[in-house]
Amino acid sequence: MFRGFSGGVHPPENKLTEEFAIAVMPPPKKVYIHFSQHTGKPARSLVEKGDVVKIGERIGEGDGFISASVHASISGKIIAIESCPHPVLGTSLCCVIESTNGAKWKDTIKEKTDYEKKSKEELLQIIKESGIVGLGGAAFPTHVKLSPPSDKPIDTLIVNGCECEPMLTADHRLMLEHPAEIIEGAKIFRKILNAENLIFGIEDNKKDAAEILRKQSVNVKLLKTKYPQGAEKQLIKALLGREVPRGGLPMDVGCVVQNVGTCYAAFQAVKYRKPLIERVVTVTGTAVKKPKNLLIRIGCPVIDVVNFCGGYIRQPKQIIFGGPMMGIAQYSENVPTIKGTSGIMVCKDTVIPEEGPCVRCASCVDVCPMGLMATEIYKFVDNKNFSKAKEYGVLDCIECGCCAYSCPSRIPLVHYLKFGKSEIWRLSKK
Amino acid sequence: MKELLAVSASPHIRGKIDISLAMKMVIIALLPSFIFSVHLFGLRALYITLISIITCIVCEAIMQRMLGKKITITDGSAVLTGLLLAFNLPPGVPLWLPVVGSAFAIIFAKQLFGGLGYNFINPALAGRAFLMASWPLAMTKEWLAPAGGTLSGIDGITSATPLNLLQNPGNYGVPELIIKQLNNIPTIKNLFFGKIGGCIGETSALLLLIGGLFLIIIGIVDYRIVVGYLGSFVLLAFVLPTNGNLLFHLFSGGLFLGVFFMATDWVTSPVTKKGRWIFGIGCGVLTIIIRIWGGYPEGVSYSILLMNVFTPIIDRFTKERVFGDRKAKKEVKK
Ligand code: SF4
Ligand code: SF4
Repeated sequence: MFRGFSGGVHPPENKLTEEFAIAVMPPPKKVYIHFSQHTGKPARSLVEKGDVVKIGERIGEGDGFISASVHASISGKIIAIESCPHPVLGTSLCCVIESTNGAKWKDTIKEKTDYEKKSKEELLQIIKESGIVGLGGAAFPTHVKLSPPSDKPIDTLIVNGCECEPMLTADHRLMLEHPAEIIEGAKIFRKILNAENLIFGIEDNKKDAAEILRKQSVNVKLLKTKYPQGAEKQLIKALLGREVPRGGLPMDVGCVVQNVGTCYAAFQAVKYRKPLIERVVTVTGTAVKKPKNLLIRIGCPVIDVVNFCGGYIRQPKQIIFGGPMMGIAQYSENVPTIKGTSGIMVCKDTVIPEEGPCVRCASCVDVCPMGLMATEIYKFVDNKNFSKAKEYGVLDCIECGCCAYSCPSRIPLVHYLKFGKSEIWRLSKK
Repeated sequence: MKELLAVSASPHIRGKIDISLAMKMVIIALLPSFIFSVHLFGLRALYITLISIITCIVCEAIMQRMLGKKITITDGSAVLTGLLLAFNLPPGVPLWLPVVGSAFAIIFAKQLFGGLGYNFINPALAGRAFLMASWPLAMTKEWLAPAGGTLSGIDGITSATPLNLLQNPGNYGVPELIIKQLNNIPTIKNLFFGKIGGCIGETSALLLLIGGLFLIIIGIVDYRIVVGYLGSFVLLAFVLPTNGNLLFHLFSGGLFLGVFFMATDWVTSPVTKKGRWIFGIGCGVLTIIIRIWGGYPEGVSYSILLMNVFTPIIDRFTKERVFGDRKAKKEVKK
């Protein structure tokens, strides 16, 4: 069977925090919980200013099919529901909770439940109510992924432990420290999906994690480290040789891919009825004193996280949410984390090289895992020729950044391509 | 006051190779051949090369100034054009010739088309073609015998390069004898190690090969063009009727210089993978055709120039296959 995927790059890994056990950050004084934490429609607010909430209490309800609930991550009083900085959207509606009354958990949180006896539908309902979304970065609502239409049977559940972004180690640590819980979570998913096979895909720079999971007798496939192995379509191709059709989804080839963090969160939700109120985040970079893997409450402002990590070594030039290849640069140190925040990079320098002319070197073509010609597409976008850009497949771009990474002329190709995509969507809505 | 945070587009890290590093690497890969050439042909080779490079840099700066563009002479691309042009000149040419050739290459073939990235033909080759057309005698007669060898690589014949001999053996003696001599082991050894006459940069196939492989390994030169070019060339040299044998053709007439350093020029070769195969194969086929049936003995530079012209068309008709296009459906059924 064909293994591996075409294209891709090998950026320096710089996984500084690989050896650091996950530390727990105490609940912050204030959290900023956005109603839009995920791909899809923002949650509908269930609370008002002045309400008192407990940890785990639902403050926003999933609105529509592709949406997810959000929960209070600390207990306290809601002091505002207003527009606040958002790490992806700029600004967005947000619920601000100030801690007043210590740590009070919502009373539905259980010691444990006998989930083995629960039906598929019950399990799915719990996951939906717990606001579980994909924790790999895109934050797609998990219950949606777990409800494929009946004409798309799923034969394989893939658990994504690639963590192919340089510098990030949160998933790696989670696999080392909580393998049993991840596996249980994966088995819950498999039950819901009725999938025959369960495969863990892990890159060979994390052999220790693969070893630990193997000891628990699950099927672990070690993959040769290459970015972007953790992208769904590339991972499916690398593991199974199946190619998700253009514009299609993994379920079109009988697969569902779930990140290891998501499995862990789902297990917590099902076993303890604990909604998604915290996640492991890698805090790293050249300007933070003590890089860490940290369990952080959702909605905690970055500045609090940095202070917990010993503060800045010096004033940072850039703060990035996510990894160096796909992360999003933030304009304020007050932005809160959201469910999809896998890493916080605090950098003392910025890399904003000057853009040169395209020298047609074809690096961008050779490294594109989607078979796109970024050199042509960026020129079409630059000339506002969006229909040509579409014809050349701009909508298939997964924004992995391989092209811009390898471009010797330092052209911000991803920026052009993202702009092209958003323009095409905007024009098609008109 | 607090510094503002910089907001830039992802990715936030970049690969090591940028334009100026790539140019430097190509220049480094050409250095062994250059040094060897100075050893063979003396200081004259050095002067011609330096003149050519300096002219390129000056012309680039003047043109960018006049066109109101940023001056980018430090990126190494003008240096490389000058070096490659000199490599394509006979070492005995008058010293004004490289000045004219370089000026043409930079002003007409490069800057007037929009500068680096926009020129559709290789500037160094365009410069050479211009000199060939304007001063054919200087370009084909001003050879120098290398130190410790003869111009032709054969003892006793001092007035022609090997490919010239092959094309018109009758002019220099008994044709059968000359052809036999050209194809024997000592001559081929001379070709490979560079003890023959020829353009400044084309003499030692071995050194060019080492430089070229170095560039492939570090990822600056694409193997597809090289393999396509050499593969088709070898195949045709093998099956078609020609006077020289395979090794003779392979090591002579600047083939390696063209294959590794000029056909693979980023700007003027296709960007699609399939396109690069077609481009390489096209170059190989044309080179053989010119050598066997054409008017010029060597054929490498005209083949590449011709394929440069086809590059945009090749790109248009060989798009990459987008992930998940067509083929996917079959696999699911399995
Ligand atoms: S960002 Fe898009 S075009 Fe660039 S390499 Fe990734 S998929 Fe290809
Ligand atoms: S990598 Fe950059 S310079 Fe090279 S072809 Fe692509 S866009 Fe052009």
